Parts: sequence; C-alpha cells; structure tokens
Amino acid sequence: MKLYKKRDVAIISAAATKCGEHWDKGLKDLAWEAGVKAVEEAGISGKDIEYLVVGNMSGGMFVGQEHIGALVADFLGLNPIPSLRVEGACASGGIAFFQGYMAVASGLYDIVAVGGVEKMTDVEQEHATTALSGAMDFEWEAYFGATFPGIYALMARRYMHEYGLKKETLAKVAVKNHYHGSMNFLAHFRNRISLDEALYAPMVADPLGKYDCCPISDGAALVILAPLEIARKYTDTPIIVKSSAMASDTLSLLKRRDICTLDATVHAAEKAFRLAHIERSQVNLIEVHDCFTIAEILAIEDLGFAKKGEGWKMCDEGQTYVGGNLPVNTDGGLKASGHPVGATGVKQIVEIVKQLRGEVERGRQVNNAEVGLAHNVGGSGATAVVTILARG
Amino acid sequence: MSHIAPPAHWRRAKERYRLLGSKCENCGSTFFPPTKVCPKCRRKGKIAQTEFSGKGKIYSYTIIHSAPKMFEKYTPYILALVELEEGPKVMSQIVDCKPEEVKIGMDVEACFRKLFEQDGEGVISYGFKFRPADNSWKTSY
Amino acid sequence: MRVGIVGYGVYIPRYRIRVEDIARVWGHDAGSIKSGLDVIEKSVPSLDEDTATLAVEAARNALKRAKDVKPSEIGAVYVGSESHPYAVKPTAATVAEALGIVPNTTAADLEFACKAATAGIQACMGLVRGGYIKYGMSVGADTAQCAPGDALEYTASAGAAAYIIGGENLVAEIEDTFSYTQDVPDFWRREGSLYPRHGGRFTGEPAYFEHVIKASKGLMEKLGTNVSDYNYVVFHMPNGKFPLRAAKILGFTTEHIQPSLVVEVIGNTYSGSSLLGLAAVLDVAKAGERILLTSYGSGAGSDSFSIRVTDLIEERRNLAPPVKYYVERKEYIDYALYARNRCLYRG
Repeated sequence: MKLYKKRDVAIISAAATKCGEHWDKGLKDLAWEAGVKAVEEAGISGKDIEYLVVGNMSGGMFVGQEHIGALVADFLGLNPIPSLRVEGACASGGIAFFQGYMAVASGLYDIVAVGGVEKMTDVEQEHATTALSGAMDFEWEAYFGATFPGIYALMARRYMHEYGLKKETLAKVAVKNHYHGSMNFLAHFRNRISLDEALYAPMVADPLGKYDCCPISDGAALVILAPLEIARKYTDTPIIVKSSAMASDTLSLLKRRDICTLDATVHAAEKAFRLAHIERSQVNLIEVHDCFTIAEILAIEDLGFAKKGEGWKMCDEGQTYVGGNLPVNTDGGLKASGHPVGATGVKQIVEIVKQLRGEVERGRQVNNAEVGLAHNVGGSGATAVVTILARG
Repeated sequence: MSHIAPPAHWRRAKERYRLLGSKCENCGSTFFPPTKVCPKCRRKGKIAQTEFSGKGKIYSYTIIHSAPKMFEKYTPYILALVELEEGPKVMSQIVDCKPEEVKIGMDVEACFRKLFEQDGEGVISYGFKFRPADNSWKTSY
Repeated sequence: MRVGIVGYGVYIPRYRIRVEDIARVWGHDAGSIKSGLDVIEKSVPSLDEDTATLAVEAARNALKRAKDVKPSEIGAVYVGSESHPYAVKPTAATVAEALGIVPNTTAADLEFACKAATAGIQACMGLVRGGYIKYGMSVGADTAQCAPGDALEYTASAGAAAYIIGGENLVAEIEDTFSYTQDVPDFWRREGSLYPRHGGRFTGEPAYFEHVIKASKGLMEKLGTNVSDYNYVVFHMPNGKFPLRAAKILGFTTEHIQPSLVVEVIGNTYSGSSLLGLAAVLDVAKAGERILLTSYGSGAGSDSFSIRVTDLIEERRNLAPPVKYYVERKEYIDYALYARNRCLYRG
C-alpha cells in the first residue's frame, strides 16, 4: 500500500565547479562555489530550500572531515534545515540524487538541494588510492594486493578473452573522452590525445594504462529539485526527472555471476526505463561511469544500448562521439572531465541538464537533445544509480 | 587501509593460511570467502567449514604496476582471479611466474607466502598465493 | 619401542645466483672461489618468502608423505632456524596454524645455528618414545643471512626440510642418536645485528671437524657399528669441501656421501642443510639401507643419527616432490635482483 501519490519532479537549477587540482580551495570552498552558482541560477533564496542531501565518499580519509551533511548546510547558510550526507563510494553523488528525488516525489519536501563534493588532492596519491580501495572488499581483495585499476583490469582481460576486444578500442574510448573534455571549460583535462599516446602510455594495471584510468580530482556539484507543478516559478527550462533507480550487488568481484557484467547497472537500468516509460531508442545522450575505459564499454551494454560483447564495437566505430548514434560522456566523462568521487554522480546530472537545455559549449552540444541518461557506479559495481531526464 | 591492527589479521588468518571456505551441507555448494548463509538454501542451509584443495585455473589476470605502499616493493606483480576446482573464485597473486607467461586457463596451485608487512616492526601478514601448477615431479623423477 | 621418520618433505625457492655474478660485484676471482668451496650457485628466496613460508611448504610436503597422519595427531612442532622472521613470536605456531595442527599441540622455535632442527628431531623422538605424543614435527628452515661482500655470500642460501617423527608406519627407523657440544665462538650473530660474523678458518678444525667427527664416532661406538655398516653418510654442508673431508677422515668413500651433496648447486641452507641432504638420500635409498647423519651447528655442536630405511619408503617417497625436482626447478637472477630480493638496499 502506497501512502503517497508519487509527484513529478523537476530540476530547476544545476551547477558544478571546475574539476581538477584546486590547491587554493578546500572541501567547504568547493561546496560553497557549486551551491552559490546553483542558487543564483534558480533565483531562489537559501531560505526556500527545505532539505539538503550531500554525496561524499571519504571526507574522513581525504581531509579528516566527517559530519559533511551539517557542515555543508552550515557553509551554505542553510541551517537549521535537515541535512544528510550519503556514502556509496563513487556512487555517493548518484545516491544523493536518488534520495533527494524520493524526498520531493514523496511529497515530503518541495525544494530540495542535492550536492556532491570531494576534496581529494590534500593527501598524497598513495593515500588517495588507499581511501578509494575502501570501496572494494578489504579482507579478500585489497588485502591480497588488489587495486581499483587492477579490479577493472581483471574485468577488461576477461572481456578481451570472451569477446575479442582489443586494447586499441580501449584507447579509442580515452581519445574520445579527451576530445569531448577539450571543449568543456570545467573539465580536469582539456588536452586532446592521440591514439598512440593512449595505446603506448605507461601501464597501471595491464591491460589498463595511464589513459585508461580516470584522474584524482577535486570538485563539487549541486542541483535543486522541485515538484514539476511549481518548477516554472523558478525556471523557464525545467528538466523533468523521468526516473531514478538504484541497485546493489556483491562488493567483491570474486563473488559475481559474471565479471564482464555489472548486474547492479542492469537492474537499475531496467527499473529506470520501466518507470520512465521511455525506450532506449528515445535516449539522445548518456553520461556513464567510465572510471576506466573498460567501464564505459560495459556500461553501454549493461544499460541496454548494445548486446553483451558488442558494446565495444560502438566505441570502435566512433558512434559514441557527439554527432554519433549515441553520444557518450559529452563532458569528457570521468576520464577527462574528472572524478571527484562523491561529486561525480551529481556532476553527471548537471551535464545532462545543460545538454537538454542546449547550454553547453559549441562542438560538444548534442542537437535537440530531448532525453538523457546518467549512470553512476560505486566500487567495482556494488552500487549503481541510473537516472533518466527529459526536457520539460 | 592505512594501519591494520593485529586482531584484523588474526581474525581471518586460518582462512588465509589454509584456504578455508564454507560448504552448504544441504545443497553441496561451496563458498569462498566463507559465508554464514547459503544464498540458495537460506534457512534450510547448513553451513560448515571446508578446506579447498588449492588447485585451480586462472580466470582473469592483470599485472599491477602501481600499488598501494605496502605492496609497492613487489611491483610489478600478477593479480588474478583464480577459479578453484571446487567452483568458487579467489583473488590472489600469482608467483613463480613471469608476467609474460601468465594466461587465462593456466593451471595453478596454492602456496604459502608473505602477503605484506606494514613496516619493519609490525605484524607480518601471511596467506595463500598461487603458482603455476607443476606436476612434472610425478613423472620425471 | 621403535621411533623414526614417518614423513619428510623439502622446499627450495626457485631463484639462483651464480658465484660469478657475486664475484663480479666484489672483484673476486670466481674460479678460485668455486674450486675452494665446491659451490657453483645458490638458492635465493623471493621477496615474499621467509623462513616461515619455506617451513610451511616443506612441512606440507612432509605431511603428504606421512599419508595417513592427520594434522591433529601431531603433538609437537619445532622449527629450527637462525632467521626466524620475528625475534619474539614463534615461526612454529605459524607452521602449526598453516597445516591445521593447532590447537592441541606444543610448539617452539629452536636456535642452534645450523643444527637446531636435528635437536628438534631428538626432542620429538623423546616425546614419542615417552608416550607423550603420537607424532612430532621438526623443520629446519633458513633464508640464510650474510653480510654483502663477506665470504659467506657465496654459500648462504635458502631452503627447508621437514620431518614427521613417530613410532609406527616408519619410512626410516632412527636407531639411535648421539650429540657432542662445546662452547666455541666460531660463528655468531648478536641480538639486533643484521648479519652474522665468523672466525674465518677457525670455523674448520676446532669447530666443524671436531664436532662432526666426534659425534659420528661417538654414535658408532655407542651402537657398536662402524663405517662398513652404512650405505650413506650425510653431514652439514657449509660448502662442498667440508663434508667430503669429514667423510674421508672417518673412512667413508665419496660414494657414501655423494648422494647427499646438494650444496654445490643450492648452497648452504643453514638449518635446512644436513636435513636436505638426508632427504636427497631418502629419495634414492633402498629398504634396509643404513644412513649416518651428523648435523653441525656453530657455537658449537653436532647431533648424530643412525637411520635404517624401511620397506615403506618405496610407496611414500613418490607422494611429494623430491629434492632433485626442487634443485632443477630454477631461474637465474643477477646480483641487482638478488640484492632486491634479499633487501640489501637498506640505505
């Protein structure tokens, strides 16, 4: 028995900071920057916001700061509203959005802010790696020398074995994402790379080289949600949340049914499409969680845009560029636009919103985009959130 | 994992030393890592400890070039997903094998090695790794 | 009541370094070193191997050969070594845990330079014969330490041998044992020192030969046996020359000692040395043959054993890899990799 009638929800504003190494900005500064941009865009007062959800993976290990919910509310001047920090590794931002969406859809709150923030560069790289490795099974994976690139490399190697993927196609994913990123003012990396640069880069975890791996970035993003019925009070271009769905799977890769499939993505996508009453063919662009190049290929398949074992062909043929059949990661993806882990899921939503409004830089704007999808993953696939957005 | 306290090593040491997993006496399924419930039988399941033979095949592998500090001195090392002959998969390093020799499907056997030391004064972690299976001694000597 | 060996097993790491590669680093003449020591290469452990891991591998092989012995029936575990990974925390408990011998067992680490594990065998013999335990295990294992550039560097190697001692289902009966011990400063390592020091040529006559010869003679006198009663003789092998000379002094021929001389190709495995030699003999000996084993540990002492092989050897020895397999399973590394594996870069 449902207590509430589900309401339609819209995004009335969306903003993100530039991703990268923000030596002069701490966690609070980044959250503030994204928050102020979003509030100004919606033309609302902080007083209108009733509830705040913040995605953050590991403030404790990156900057020695927990209690992020209240902290961000304080810094945005939103006290005493309820404020919650959610954590699901690299899917923290996506989960935050899912929570914020439920709060509005359920009728409990009208104006809800969903943020994501991560400050990663205040620790040395090996400590960042250590913090990130907390997203895998500690006792049976990390303890035996597994790293995140290593886990995805195991998936990549098996996928190559099963489906004939070549390293060159992985490199093409990186080349495409750097190309998109080069046109994104907020991207961590704005340089284009050649196929050879990607192909012959130093190895991180064979077969994954330097350009197969996303960077460690600082960054924040924030979107504001409202019931669709009042959204036009705040914006002429509300973006409708057609659906947001989340699923979970085993934390450890070794317990998976198939290491070439992220079942959490499959389940979340099926539910999201069912709830949205939208067909895959209606989707104009997707933002997928390409923490490693192989992940982009797996995502295309697991989201249902290609059969298992055939997703790599779309990347190989260049169909995933802006202008192609299915533009993927038009902001440069995690690879080029950056991966401030707890912020990434919200940052992806921001990109889809801007694309649907026709507001991104020339060259990477998908023409007349009506429907977009964002896909955020935690760990090696233990958490997945899929959100489908459409122009209002 | 910045610092692992001795109880955290000790708690799983038996399982890591001897490749101990669990078995459901109701349906016969085996599990690694050890589990407390049989996902198939649920309440009907009866979980008991079982020692795996240590024989398996490489299901997938990678060569780790960039590792966390406690594994840094071992790079480059082979990390693999090994499918045990009893069914479950384990994540483990492959030793006594050159990176260019490792292959999917390769027969491997468990051995006992040092996993890592956090520093020169701390507790040493031991456990299973795998090496290429070599039964030549049964016929050649 | 009879007492003897129920199972035995060995382990030698797969890496080797040639005498030439060490000599080149220090500007020594490889030819004269090889002919002086009768050693051409030595075993080197991997970075992730230490005395505990070598001991576990050897012990697992011993358990395979002991066939029907259940780990829970082993009532004592001793590990003899001079390179225990911890100064305080027993290697023996790690071995017992890794083999599933725990918890109803006694365990201890022993140290008497290169002969601690034969002392462990004697302890097991006593406990078995006294009826206190059904089976006992003694393991000799070392990742031998030596200062870079020291003469020891040409021989100090890594390996392990494990023996399960019991009163029934013997592959070899231990007829008797005899020991000879005195306080001799021929080789030592002070607490906290990384590498041992030694008395050079002083390690020969008053140390190695005095003890090996006297213990061997003492045993034969005690038993009323003589050289002609033995088919094989096995001594501690600090190099290839010493055991051969000791054999000659006692009246044994090269044929008696040759089957045990693994030192030439694996070096001196310290606590594993004489017991690896014994294993090499058990790999080839026939039922009824007798073996004289005499260990040596600096400091100094020797344990001597008279061993008679039983019928059971034929079916048991094929249950685990022989010494020859481990000797021939090898990959050469150069001095730079050797230094990395042995953690010689300490800054």
